[in-house]
Amino acid sequence: MDRRRVEEAVMKVLMKAATLLIVSLLGLIVLTISVRGIRAMSWSMLTQTPKGGFYLGREGGILNAIVGSFYVAGGATGLAFAAAVPVVLYLNVFCRRGSRTAAVIRFLLDVLWGVPSIVFGAFGFLLMLAVGLRASLLGGILTVSLFVLPILCRAMDEVVRMIPSDLLESSYALGATRLQTAVRVVLRQASAGILTAVLIAFGRGIGDAASVLFTAGYSDQIPQSLTRPAATLPLAIFFQLGTPFPQVQDRAYAAALILTVVVLATSLLSRRLGRRLTRHMIP
Amino acid sequence: MGLPNRTRRSLLYDRAAAGAMGLLARLSGLIVVVIAVGLFLKSVPILKNQSLSSLLFSSEWFPLRGQFGFLPFIMGSLWVTGTAMVLAVPLCLLTAIYLAEYAPLGIREGVRPLIDLLAGIPSVVYGVWGVLVVVPWVKRAAGWFGYSTSGYCVLSAGIVLAVMIFPVIIHMTVEILRAVPQEIREASLSLGATQWQTIKKVVLRKAFGGVLAAIVLGLSRAFGETMAVLMVAGNAVRSPTGFLDPAYPLPALIANNYGEMMSIPLYDSAMMLACLILLGVVLVFNILAKLVLMRIQKEIQ
Repeated sequence: MDRRRVEEAVMKVLMKAATLLIVSLLGLIVLTISVRGIRAMSWSMLTQTPKGGFYLGREGGILNAIVGSFYVAGGATGLAFAAAVPVVLYLNVFCRRGSRTAAVIRFLLDVLWGVPSIVFGAFGFLLMLAVGLRASLLGGILTVSLFVLPILCRAMDEVVRMIPSDLLESSYALGATRLQTAVRVVLRQASAGILTAVLIAFGRGIGDAASVLFTAGYSDQIPQSLTRPAATLPLAIFFQLGTPFPQVQDRAYAAALILTVVVLATSLLSRRLGRRLTRHMIP
Repeated sequence: MGLPNRTRRSLLYDRAAAGAMGLLARLSGLIVVVIAVGLFLKSVPILKNQSLSSLLFSSEWFPLRGQFGFLPFIMGSLWVTGTAMVLAVPLCLLTAIYLAEYAPLGIREGVRPLIDLLAGIPSVVYGVWGVLVVVPWVKRAAGWFGYSTSGYCVLSAGIVLAVMIFPVIIHMTVEILRAVPQEIREASLSLGATQWQTIKKVVLRKAFGGVLAAIVLGLSRAFGETMAVLMVAGNAVRSPTGFLDPAYPLPALIANNYGEMMSIPLYDSAMMLACLILLGVVLVFNILAKLVLMRIQKEIQ
């Protein structure tokens, strides 16, 4: 056997080993979280708030964090969606193809996408101090919406860009304005992709801890108003893992399992929906 | 005049919508600029108080005495990110080449979505895994070689970070390799090159810029990552001198101290400077990678 065949064979073995290692590491993570989480899981975990303080109290569950997370991530995704739809429509319908303005805005949104979430957290806190807002549900929603905005814009932009320009042109030819085309043709054509983008953004928003660390606060109660602090699942994991009491640590493991399930479920759902709904699109 | 009222109204709405949406689009593009300017304005007080070089290259970190030397945190970030890259890059390249070039369709279709799916797992969950699995493992492994460590160290943080950036690098690299035109592979194979020679000498050379961009994006992700690192790096204010020393990277510093900074003068300004350094490094990497990718896209088209 000549040398180059040997080299190829060796590399192939290495490649297979690397792939196997990476897949099994990822599997190991899910397995670790599942095993510890399921051991810690109970009905009261899901239906009760912590009793006697999140750090020291040994009773109760993580309902406060589950509800808080859905409030923060849901509110933030909604807010970011309201901003992202006009942005994406502007980039694709109102700007000419290949326009400089659109290219610059896309570039800046891509750059924003790369900003670490701890910077969003610190900046959000800075803004809240400036307007006199304390750590609260509202502060968390505002900061996380900044964090998911570029994710939403980018994901939606990718779908809307796929719409063939002939379709827009035939709408114009029928006498529709750009706004009418944007709302009735573009949004409808892209609805599947938009839903997928929303789910992706929600998944990212609910999993992020650094952006809510200073802005949403932490509380044992379910928040009753926008100005009250709200617990979130990532922070529940982070804080409760650091206690010496196994009962409290159990709440962290249960929270980690719930968070992982929620994130993986949204991710799977978005893939499914994306595939199913694109069948009805005009290619 | 000649137009019916309804048409005139539609046109008016259209113009108004164009204006409003244009404004909103420009504003959202400007967010990143606003963040940078806001952080800079807030870090001005400390920059006035101490020279930038003493802030960046001094190890004296005594906030109560007004001494803010960022060196231990910068070194911590470099050690942890460097370790993660050393572990992740070879593994990711091997896996990506396998998935893009060799793997049968079934394996590719099975493994790629799995890796993408796991890209969504939250950072704290990786942190929990780090605490439960990686830290004890590093502690035990170090023991076999006669070293003692708590396990909360550079190596643990590097391993956790490496796993976190696997999906980023693999996803992009596979995409770039697939974008290399099939004809040049065929040309190389028809000249008698083996598949591996073709990959090494033709495909990888063609894809070099893009692969580099993917690695740089992974690097910037690792550099800015906070929670998982915070949970396993050990967080001791000291420049690490080895893989088994604890490290205290910049993001962990911000996360740990932001809440209590208000009572100490200049502390908040120092934290903002830490944020600004972080943002600056990450932005430079991101923009470089983005520019390379944009050029490659143009080349392919």
